[in-house]
Amino acid sequence: MSRLRPVTLSVDGTAGAATPVAPPARPRAVASRLLPRLLLSPAVITLFLWMIVPLAMTIYFSLIRYNLMQPGESGFIGLANYEYFVTDPSFWTAIVNTLLLLGSVIAITVAGGVALALLIDEPFPGRGVVRVLLISPFFVIPTVNALLWKHMMMNPIYGVLGQIWRFFGARPVDWMADWPLLSVIIMVAWQWLPFATLIFVTALQSMNREQLEAARMDGARYLQQLRYLYVPHLGRSIAVVIMIETIFLLSVFAEIFTTTGGGPGDASTNVAFLIFKQALLNFDAGVASAGALLAVVLANIVAIFLIRMIGKNLD
Amino acid sequence: MAFLELQGVEKYFGELQAIKGIDLTIEKGEFVVFVGPSGCGKSTLLRMIAGLETVDVGSVWLDGRDITKLPSSKRDLAMVFQSYALYPHMSVYDNMSFALMLAKTDPAAIREKVERAAKILNLTPYLQRTPKELSGGQRQRVAIGRAIVRSPKVFLFDEPLSNLDAALRGQTRVEIAKLHRELNATTIYVTHDQVEAMTLAHRVVVLRDGQIEQVGTPLELYYRPNNQFVAQFIGTPQMNMVAGPDMAQFEGGLTMPVPSGGYLGLRPESLTLGAPGTGQVQARVDLVEALGAETLVYVTTARGTQLVARQNNIRTLPHVGDAVGLQIDSAAAHLFDSHGRVVAPAMR
Amino acid sequence: MAPKPPITAALVGRTVAAWVVTLVIFFPLGWLVLTSFKTELQAIAVPPLLFFKPTLANFAEVQQRSDYLLYATNSVITSVISTLLGLAIAFPAAYSMAFFRSKRTRDVLMWMLSTKMMPAVGALVPIYVLAQTAGLLDSRLSLIVVFTLSNLPIMVWMLYSSLKDIPNEILEAARMDGASLWQEFRRVLLPLGIGGLFSTGLLCLVLAWNEAFWSLNLTSAKAGTLATMIASYSSPEGLFWAKLSCASFMAIAPIVVFGWFSQRQLVQGLTFGAVK
Repeated sequence: MSRLRPVTLSVDGTAGAATPVAPPARPRAVASRLLPRLLLSPAVITLFLWMIVPLAMTIYFSLIRYNLMQPGESGFIGLANYEYFVTDPSFWTAIVNTLLLLGSVIAITVAGGVALALLIDEPFPGRGVVRVLLISPFFVIPTVNALLWKHMMMNPIYGVLGQIWRFFGARPVDWMADWPLLSVIIMVAWQWLPFATLIFVTALQSMNREQLEAARMDGARYLQQLRYLYVPHLGRSIAVVIMIETIFLLSVFAEIFTTTGGGPGDASTNVAFLIFKQALLNFDAGVASAGALLAVVLANIVAIFLIRMIGKNLD
Repeated sequence: MAFLELQGVEKYFGELQAIKGIDLTIEKGEFVVFVGPSGCGKSTLLRMIAGLETVDVGSVWLDGRDITKLPSSKRDLAMVFQSYALYPHMSVYDNMSFALMLAKTDPAAIREKVERAAKILNLTPYLQRTPKELSGGQRQRVAIGRAIVRSPKVFLFDEPLSNLDAALRGQTRVEIAKLHRELNATTIYVTHDQVEAMTLAHRVVVLRDGQIEQVGTPLELYYRPNNQFVAQFIGTPQMNMVAGPDMAQFEGGLTMPVPSGGYLGLRPESLTLGAPGTGQVQARVDLVEALGAETLVYVTTARGTQLVARQNNIRTLPHVGDAVGLQIDSAAAHLFDSHGRVVAPAMR
Repeated sequence: MAPKPPITAALVGRTVAAWVVTLVIFFPLGWLVLTSFKTELQAIAVPPLLFFKPTLANFAEVQQRSDYLLYATNSVITSVISTLLGLAIAFPAAYSMAFFRSKRTRDVLMWMLSTKMMPAVGALVPIYVLAQTAGLLDSRLSLIVVFTLSNLPIMVWMLYSSLKDIPNEILEAARMDGASLWQEFRRVLLPLGIGGLFSTGLLCLVLAWNEAFWSLNLTSAKAGTLATMIASYSSPEGLFWAKLSCASFMAIAPIVVFGWFSQRQLVQGLTFGAVK
């Protein structure tokens, strides 16, 4: 038997046909990077401007004396605007109101949202309609929301709440006058409850059903299931809801503007409204800018945590 | 020049060199299979031929034309993707006629071609359905039909059978082989399954780590592997490899001494079991796998070497723990040096 | 069809509780709608009327107000145009990030999302000053610009998510079939991506329509939207609740309905994908 040489075309190039042209070490096709950058640029440029220009201007204005009614700018006054904003008698009230507003709405929406989500998690007759009705308040224009409550519900004489109070023999509450901040809290919470509910409903749907069944077979009662399974699973979405609401609720404005005008006095003024007052009622752009920067810093802190959480979800 | 030729083709992903210099020629009408372990670069190479990945160094020639820098849409190649990649919003008919429609082919001609391909692939009753409404096997045939309709210069298959269940896989493999005979189309087929490689290919290209280990007909690779990698990649169960000092027990029948640091390769069918005391080596049975037409017997020699022997049609199965004598067919033994390269096979 | 769940006490309790809570929460809206069909006297009736003879007079009266049509038009124009403009800018960006992914794609995306996290009040003074300087106070253009920029991050994010779901191999198959970049876009990408485009547009339309902060601060008589109109709704005759309800109803109805259809996008869009 003869020995057969195995046939190979090897890397050594022993059987190569044409000699390859000596190319550059690792040519990168530059042209193929151009198209994606071009497509991305309008969005990046506009958002960059949207971020930088107002920020730069705000910083600038916060350091000068600038009245909107007299646009001829006056000189650099350093941190005087900040001092003025912070020493405004309404400043601390505004901070407290903001925190109260934020805290109350978040507490109401998270607790209510979780409860509602758990309630409608399992099927029951009319669930589809219930879902639709429950999310409706979120899509109402904020000014409509405000006036709806101010007149229809909260008016002490003709409003529904007043009538209900009287039905039970109590004296109706003059919400706007006596409890302005609470009124705003009610309006805003009513509007954001559907948002929280929807988030939690979505989160519950991704819950591992088999885990629940295993727990049930292990003898866990509903409250135990809540404590050991539902709440930990919802933990992450609760955190998200809190952060998102914080960011958006820092700027609650329309409801206050339309109903109480920040009052009586400054009882329902929050930081956003205070800035607005300085800017467009006192026309003091300098002080308003100082305040705005403080609000931005506050929001930034929350945003950092939120970004980190989102980043974990992006692949 | 051959029909399809790769010259010094290299590819880098960042710092990593995925394809390390490939030279390959493929003749018209050939069915070539790229096979290798995952990560060896076979799919990357296929996609470079298709134009879906760039060629960093080297060139690709098709039918006398340099297509290295040509975009996929202009290469006149058809690809069947592993996930089929059917257009979900189009009917089967539209999926298959898409390329012809883009090429502004006359609608009557399109209809004729699509219907002919559908008939070959038994898709005629499904022409108006959308991919959602088809089974996995049907979708796969639509993917093939999409390629056939175009009568491309080369068919490219990227692991087309891996998403099918075992029964369908065997069936479809046969259909693909028949299709190739009918159409006589040049085909490049990528798979990690060496059974597909052995049964479908005219020639097989074994790849590892971005390099060609060996190119040859299936039987060439089986009987005359160039190196240890190819020897162990082709053939199930794997070729027995005996190393170092253990080879002394076999050397009686070999005409060449085993190179130091090297290996002795023995295919399972080159070992025959006999009564204890007979043959070149004594061993004990560890495990018996009775597959019906053949039986695989796993043994351990007195020295501790573990081997697999393949026996056909034995009347009585050995039992675990039995002592047996092994007869080696030295003519079928392979010798490998310490680098894994083959030294001429030993002959008696 | 799956068998209906057995009628247990738990089911009955759950159903009753859910419906009671829902009706209580929905009540203010429902009351708003009812009041739209009342006369002014009926609207302030004590005790409140649940059953009454409905009238369509308010609808006619509100529409006859010369400014209602103007405000409604402004709402439509600003929200539609800002949405279209936003989609035109966002879509190429989302396409680029979904199909030409690079190491920096994730960072760019998160940076874009972060621009949405800044409170609007932070930009009040500069934007007001810019608008004032450009003579664009009380103009639709300024609203369109601000709405577009406010919603852009959400649009990019949502379009990116929906485009990412299109398997890249399908586009490669189109390329193998001979499609040029334009044909690949028009015949494969667009049909598959149109759903995402539409639902993103719908959500952002809702967000722009409901936008009250910038509308209240940058506009007044000429470019005000329905949001601002409602805020200052009053009537010389004194009684105006029925008409206010009616105007409100007309202002919110279509958007609430759109909102029903964009629930899923809402979760994705406003939580920036942090909740799956």
